[in-house]
Amino acid sequence: MASGRAVDSVEAVFREEWGRLLATLVRWLGDFDLAEEVAADALATAIERWPVDGVPDRPAAWLLTTARRRAVDLLRRRQTYAAKLAVLRVEAERAAAEGNSAPPPQPDAIGDDRLRLFFTCCHPALGSEAQVALTVRYLGGLSTAEVARAFLVPETTMAQRLVRAKRKIREAHIPYRVPDAVELPNRLPAVLRVVYLIFTESYAASRGPELVRGDLADEAIRLARILFRLLPEEREVAGLLALMLLIDARRAARTDSSGGLVLLADQDRGRWDQAEIEEGRTLVVQALSGGRPGQYALQAAIAALHDEAATVETTDWPQIVALYNVLRTVAPSPLVDLNRAVAVAMVDGPAAGLALLEDAAAAGELVNYHLLSSARGALLEQLGRHVEAADAYRAALNAAGNQPERDFLRQRLDRAVRSGSAADGAQRPGR
Amino acid sequence: MRYLLLIYSEEPTQTPPQEQIEASMAEWWAYDEAIRKAGARLAGDALQGSPTATTVRVKDDGERVVTDGPFAETREVLGGYYLIDVPDLDGALEWAASCPGAKYGSVEIRPVMELGM
Repeated sequence: MASGRAVDSVEAVFREEWGRLLATLVRWLGDFDLAEEVAADALATAIERWPVDGVPDRPAAWLLTTARRRAVDLLRRRQTYAAKLAVLRVEAERAAAEGNSAPPPQPDAIGDDRLRLFFTCCHPALGSEAQVALTVRYLGGLSTAEVARAFLVPETTMAQRLVRAKRKIREAHIPYRVPDAVELPNRLPAVLRVVYLIFTESYAASRGPELVRGDLADEAIRLARILFRLLPEEREVAGLLALMLLIDARRAARTDSSGGLVLLADQDRGRWDQAEIEEGRTLVVQALSGGRPGQYALQAAIAALHDEAATVETTDWPQIVALYNVLRTVAPSPLVDLNRAVAVAMVDGPAAGLALLEDAAAAGELVNYHLLSSARGALLEQLGRHVEAADAYRAALNAAGNQPERDFLRQRLDRAVRSGSAADGAQRPGR
Repeated sequence: MRYLLLIYSEEPTQTPPQEQIEASMAEWWAYDEAIRKAGARLAGDALQGSPTATTVRVKDDGERVVTDGPFAETREVLGGYYLIDVPDLDGALEWAASCPGAKYGSVEIRPVMELGM
């Protein structure tokens, strides 16, 4: 029992402290692989020792000291790393000289290293998939196997992706530092994009049996919280955290008991997470205050309007359209046009929405996007154009990824086909 | 007259056996010595592999587009080079992005292999 508790607390500390531990070790050692190895060793030692010796008062500092000792051991053994040992000593001395209470430094004093790690993992010279994988693995602390599962690729593929990314960081000398104030506006969006990508993958898995991947959503929100603590003044960080909380609040209501998709209109709003909504709304205000709003703040404001409404009908659709109009100027994208078209349909009727959807489709980028076809199908149905609606649902089915979405589209297709033939039958005698 | 010799080869997917590496290195050293002795060599370096490459383009509106990998368009041909010495990739990205070549096409950044370390 005692050992069970200790192992649990090892895992809790592991999840919470892994990013900090690794970030500091990378700075000291200048080597991801070595940092990873000694961090894992320190964790293994903790799992062995804590059940016997008890959990130390400052678990993070204990882990850091253990990892550092292990690094020194390894460096002494590997002759080729002699130069790095010198670097390690210099860094340790410098940390001490900077006023930390001698090594190991206080965990609070080392928090900033995670920000370096964010900017290295999300460096534009790395491919998008690599950025996401590195961030989830090294800041989130998911194991390679967990990251692979989360993104539905074989573990060997994910391991290779991480190895290649680390090799590029090392060989191309991607720096390990926080961009200065001048660079920050150019570099922060990439970090936010990676965190949001993790969340969007969770929101509607691109493949697989599940609609919502709760583990990934939690992870993205946790990463955004870390960023928000590290960069409290950056309004878009607040905006992104708000956006994810306000969408995640609906998680429990988005699927029925058998895992099927439930549309916003049909969701049991009593099951929405009020605590997340409250937190998100507070953050939205902060994100929207004091200057031109960013894209995440605007999207969060839209999500907040949905969350505040008692029903789809009483939702403030005109305000949502207005926010989409601003969003189109701040961050134009075919996806924004698609969502705006749906909102316009709620204000001005399905014909107006459909016209905008056709424009969005004509732009070309969303041709194979199932949500565009699905939205067209819904509006065509409302207009009584069932045969065209069925075609749209068929196109959506050809492109849809996860099983619940496919099941939903199949139902809609069947309904449109039935209505279409019923309409035909009704019309024929009249002709 | 100065000429630039551009060396192309297939990248091995696996590390070749040690004796093969040594035999190949011996060839390169012999060539390097010969070209130095003849007084023909002005400069020469081995580059890190293509997975370490980063490509920079600057759009008409000034936006800098950085991509992972060597992604020259097929109709783009090598037009020139600069060998630079900066602390890290960010330094190289700065010079690449301010190079007129990034506006008219693309600039590929490849780290030079530091031998004998």
